Amino acid sequence: MQASPLAHHFENLEKQAHAARLGMWLFLATEILLFTVLFAAYALYRFLFPEAFALSSRALETWVGFVNTIVLVTSSLTVATGLHSATRGDGRKTALWFGISVLLAVVFLVLKAYEYNHHFHTGQLPGRFYTYEGVKAPGAPMYFTLYFLITGLHAIHVIVGMTVLVVIGALARKGRYTAAYHVPVELGALYWHLVDLIWIFVFPLIYLI
Amino acid sequence: MNELLRRILFLPEQASTYAESVDQLHYFVIITTMIAAAGVFGVAIYFFVRYRRRSDVEATPRVRPKAIHEVLFIGVPLAFFVLWFAIGYPQFVSLQTPPKDAMDVYVQGKQWMWKFAYPDGPSAVNTLRVPVGRPVRLLITSRDVIHSFYVPALRIKMDALPGRYTQAWFQAEQPGRYEIFCAEYCGLSHSGMVGELVAMPAAEFDAWMATQRRGIVVSQDSAPTEGEHVRPAANVVDEGARIAAAQGCLKCHSVDGSRHIGPTFANLYGREEKLQDGKTVTADEAYLTRSMMEPGVELVSGYQNVMPTYQGKLAPPDTAAIVEYIKSLRSSASRPGPSEPPAYEAIPAPK
Amino acid sequence: MKPSPLPSDDVAAYAPRNYLNAPATGLMSWLNTRDHKRIGVMFLIATTIAFAVGGLFAMLIRLELLTPGPTVMDPMTYNRMFTLHGVVMIFLFMIPVIPSGFGNFLVPLMIGAKDVAFPKLNLLSFYLYLIGAVVALAGMIWGGADTGWTFYTPYSTDTITKVTPILLGAFILGFSSILTGLNFIVTTHTMRAPGMGWMRMPLFVWSIYATSIIQILATPVLGMTLLLVVVDRAFHLGVFDPTWGGDPVLFQHFFWFYSHPAVYIMVLPAMAVISEVVCTFSHKNIFGYKAVAYSSLGIAFVGFFTWGHHLFTSGQSAFDAGIFGILSMFVGIFTAIKVFNWTATLYKGSISFKTPFAYFVGFLFFLVFGGMTGVALATVSLDVHWHDTYFVVAHFHFIMVGAVMMAFLAALHYWFPKITGRTYPEGWGLVAAVMIILGFNFTFIPQFLLGNMGMPRRYYSYSERFQALNVASTAGASVLAIGLTIILVYLLVSLRYGRVAGSNPWLSRGFEWDTPSPPPPENYPVTPVIEHGPHDYDGENITLPPHQHAPEPEPHAS
Repeated sequence: MQASPLAHHFENLEKQAHAARLGMWLFLATEILLFTVLFAAYALYRFLFPEAFALSSRALETWVGFVNTIVLVTSSLTVATGLHSATRGDGRKTALWFGISVLLAVVFLVLKAYEYNHHFHTGQLPGRFYTYEGVKAPGAPMYFTLYFLITGLHAIHVIVGMTVLVVIGALARKGRYTAAYHVPVELGALYWHLVDLIWIFVFPLIYLI
Repeated sequence: MNELLRRILFLPEQASTYAESVDQLHYFVIITTMIAAAGVFGVAIYFFVRYRRRSDVEATPRVRPKAIHEVLFIGVPLAFFVLWFAIGYPQFVSLQTPPKDAMDVYVQGKQWMWKFAYPDGPSAVNTLRVPVGRPVRLLITSRDVIHSFYVPALRIKMDALPGRYTQAWFQAEQPGRYEIFCAEYCGLSHSGMVGELVAMPAAEFDAWMATQRRGIVVSQDSAPTEGEHVRPAANVVDEGARIAAAQGCLKCHSVDGSRHIGPTFANLYGREEKLQDGKTVTADEAYLTRSMMEPGVELVSGYQNVMPTYQGKLAPPDTAAIVEYIKSLRSSASRPGPSEPPAYEAIPAPK
Repeated sequence: MKPSPLPSDDVAAYAPRNYLNAPATGLMSWLNTRDHKRIGVMFLIATTIAFAVGGLFAMLIRLELLTPGPTVMDPMTYNRMFTLHGVVMIFLFMIPVIPSGFGNFLVPLMIGAKDVAFPKLNLLSFYLYLIGAVVALAGMIWGGADTGWTFYTPYSTDTITKVTPILLGAFILGFSSILTGLNFIVTTHTMRAPGMGWMRMPLFVWSIYATSIIQILATPVLGMTLLLVVVDRAFHLGVFDPTWGGDPVLFQHFFWFYSHPAVYIMVLPAMAVISEVVCTFSHKNIFGYKAVAYSSLGIAFVGFFTWGHHLFTSGQSAFDAGIFGILSMFVGIFTAIKVFNWTATLYKGSISFKTPFAYFVGFLFFLVFGGMTGVALATVSLDVHWHDTYFVVAHFHFIMVGAVMMAFLAALHYWFPKITGRTYPEGWGLVAAVMIILGFNFTFIPQFLLGNMGMPRRYYSYSERFQALNVASTAGASVLAIGLTIILVYLLVSLRYGRVAGSNPWLSRGFEWDTPSPPPPENYPVTPVIEHGPHDYDGENITLPPHQHAPEPEPHAS
């Protein structure tokens, strides 16, 4: 990037910032629609196999999901704090808070890995790989198909979000952003909040009902 | 008038009771479409000529639309569209609602043929016989991928879905032979999946059905009658279907996956069944044959011990045919290898 | 055609410094460009090549259908051929061509901006297009899929043909589409020149804006759905497989949730072009600006709620069928509004019958006829007979070829002078247009009749009685192909030898014509202030200079 962050085709920084934010919100809309397909499939199959889905949901370890929710919400808080530091032009603090968020994301992924490991061992696997003795109602394999698809897609987005936070955090530490212009930090924070928000929907759907 | 328009539009004969009313809506819609297209086009041509550019520096007035213009632009098409919907939708509902006394026929689409079966009756491949003047309800499913049962002359079409039954109904108006097409792309021989609907006068149909039920015609209904186009017959699977229906198996065992008095035949072959004593067994040729001969010995968990034995009632070729039939009721397109002959121990003498 | 003498615009001049030769020349400067005009041109070249490939598949299909039995290929090849025809035409041509090709070139010029909001994302969008095209092409060379472009399950999850690369290619192309749409929405909101309120925007921009909304909301759904099929093929998880409790019809719902709005992604840009062509060639302002502008948004909105009309015979309930049927008809109303307004624009106009206008004539007839057969299909009981027959094939080709392709050809001829700085031979243009319109009629009207007769689509072999109409259709397709070839030849020749066009050979009042031909890389050396609406011809002596002058610093309307 150049010395001034103003790009040649924009009249001024304010317009550029406005455009960047609008673009980010539109991109977030596309991400939401991506997950909507899986949620719609979940809704349909839950309607068709209510018993199997309820029983399978019980068979998950809810405490892991709960802890993960706390972890992600906290990471959103630390990201917001990092953004706040950026608005004051404090690049180092931004990097610090983003770093903590990334660590929390790692915790999330570790817990997810633990869960997946558990599923492999008990046979709670999708479709034709399903061998779990605990729930034998028709439709249970479908529950786990959707479980792995939804949480898997979400985990991919967590990894992408972590990468974004790392890159922006590093740039912030180098002093790239100022109190006057820190739009990339805003955008990165927005993306992370979306990742968190999606989990807020996933958790009750998969673990609680 | 109906006949003239039907021919101009290349529509097939109106072989079902509702075909003519469907066609009449068709005429209304198409004629309006043509008038509208000609109208717009005609006005446009008139404008092209009347307002052609006469010099390089002509200016044009700013013409502003009045509210009435847009009201007409919206209102007139809307009125027509709503009218068409008002006629077409109730028509669609009646096309989907069979009369109570309709005769049932099971239709199974499979790559790449149609199989038909009458409850308690014969089965056939690619030829569907129906009586004229009586409503017929088709219960349609697929053995593998999605097909679609389509008879242009009847104006009927319904998708054949694996794992479920869909239904459609019609009443043939006059005797005749009509083509059955598959209307959902299903693979290599999609266009080869052509069948024939034979509408017979009611008395003839009853006579034919009676002959079939008496078992005189042991093989399935691809035995051609005079002048009939011969299609390739299926194999022992249809024989098995016929026997299973005749012996009453279908009274307790469903073929569509629903749980009934006995385990469903759908996807039974190769399934891991949990038995009452806790053991698990694979439902292979041996197990299925044993179950027909000694039903209570390896009873599936969750079911009552009420199946009668068919020992003495079914000859070995018959049990083999039934096993082949059960094997054919898989909804996945992946096929196992050719069937091994049943390998079972000699049946112990009755106690 | 001789440009009229304009006092401020001398003899037709070829702008010496333009986007083609500045800021740099050479392949790398193009591959690494941020200039929306260069990106637009690259898209046009790529999509036109895709059009030729898809057209080749179409000709092979029509050759095979000359006889009821085998003609030039075996059934498996034929099944792959129609699949690839659909995939290439829809994903590689129809969806990107006008938005990413013409839209990229024109939208900033039309709103007085220097570029789109995110030039680098724009370039990324082009590369995603190329990558998606290459992946899909690899799949085709490797054998290609035989599922039809609709990929219905369970056939698509079970077939042995190479479906996955085609699906992945389409997935990547989807992201190209999303980025283009995102770019245009932000550009339209934030980069209009001072004085250009929403109600002064060219109608082209309105339609591209509506298209972009559909692109960003619908395409992710397709992406996810195709991904589910890929995963099902790889792992047999059974999302759509009844063996595991899955529902194959669920795929159809997801697929058509995107693919029906997708047809509006294809048709709205065509309508965008036509709005511009009608005004310029009748030298008149549009009859009902607000109606045409809002109807674009209306089509985009209602189009999202009509997908179930592809599932009337799938076993869904009659109630659902009714809802989707009536909503499908509402979309027809918005199209009717546009058709009437375009026709009324001609009233008291001053019409010069040039090649782009000839394509408008074809477009008008085909859109009305094709659109109304769409409403006919939405009349639920009629669709039972027509579904999956050649009637549907004829209907959508009337819109895709009759409307969209005609609009593409109109755009190609209309903006050729602006993009290249040269004109094409008008006589040949009209000859080709007539051939194409006639060839089109002979190709697709027989297909309506074939559908009425009951010939299903995707049929390799067919009953004898269908042959005559099939032969007629193939004959028409040949004429169509010849016409298109003629266009390709004279346009290529004109690139080098065409007469110099000057900045405004059509004497249009569209904003993009206020720039030299070809335009300079920065579009406008000074940001213009817009003082009149688009296509403002009334009472003005058109020999006045274009409305553009150095602005006073002032707050801008946004």
